[in-house]
Amino acid sequence: MAIDLAIIAIGVAMAIAGYGAVRTKSLLVSIILSGGVSLAASVVFLLMGAPDVAMTEAAIGSALTTVVFLYALARSKQSDLETSDKQVGNPMEDATIPPVDPSLGSTGTGGRP
Amino acid sequence: MMRKILVTIALAGFAWAFLPLMFDAGVIDAPGNLASAYLENSPKDFAAANVVTAIVVSYRGFDTLGEVAVLFAATAGVGSLLTKKRLGLTGKTEEKKASTEILRTATGILTGLLVMFGVYIFMHGHLTPGGGFQGGVVIATAVLLSLLASPQSQVAHGLMTVIESLSGAAYVGFGLLGAFLAWGFLDPRALPLGRLGALLSAGSIPLIYSAIGLKVGAELSGILEALKGDRE
Repeated sequence: MAIDLAIIAIGVAMAIAGYGAVRTKSLLVSIILSGGVSLAASVVFLLMGAPDVAMTEAAIGSALTTVVFLYALARSKQSDLETSDKQVGNPMEDATIPPVDPSLGSTGTGGRP
Repeated sequence: MMRKILVTIALAGFAWAFLPLMFDAGVIDAPGNLASAYLENSPKDFAAANVVTAIVVSYRGFDTLGEVAVLFAATAGVGSLLTKKRLGLTGKTEEKKASTEILRTATGILTGLLVMFGVYIFMHGHLTPGGGFQGGVVIATAVLLSLLASPQSQVAHGLMTVIESLSGAAYVGFGLLGAFLAWGFLDPRALPLGRLGALLSAGSIPLIYSAIGLKVGAELSGILEALKGDRE
């Protein structure tokens, strides 16, 4: 009976964390929450008497997948920065072609001195 | 508006389709025919104390070989896609932030223990819960920790390749040994079965699972290396 109650409580927490992972604006929070869902799932597997599956879920689901997602997030942020730098910087740096719109340069929205 | 209605209808359809399953859910008192056959026969057939491992490595050995092949294909894909050139890291010396004192100290203590624990898990796969996949992932976690602690360090790529290919070849080799010396491909009875519960028992199951563990550990370390951006 106590095990049933624990499984139900962890299940409700998993559902809430999963909903939060879908709804949140921040990708970092979303990744952490989905890792937490996996950790709770591994506890449920253990309570249900499947230690093999619990070990797999804890190691792959909550540790390795989270790390892979975090690496991917860092890489995508990096490439975002690189491409935006190129788009803003190129017309100003290229000396042969003058800027098409002079007002853009005077207002300083380009962001390059 | 129209889209929301359609989505709601689709969700309601899925709920209606899965409704009968809800009433069937519950705890079954006695295992079914197939499960009880496995429970009864695996200690007798293979002297494997952990029935799950007997199923994964021998009764369903082909599935496991397929899983290992899928993981290999995934690793090869990640390694060929995430090279330094594609990530745009060539020619630049990235300044990596040094890790904190706490992480470095903890890593020094934990890395050896984690590798030992991973090896323990896959060597005792036929006795206790766990096995090659779990042990391999634990070893990859140790590699990840040491990569995080010293960002300048690199995974020994050549060594990983050698371990990965040798253990894959050993897995198939033990399978073929079963085909020649016992009753079929991946049959663990090619080697002496031994006493139930001993470390050296269950035929070639512990050797096969050790090969799988080393292979999975090397492959996942390779994925981490590629994601870190060290792959040429």
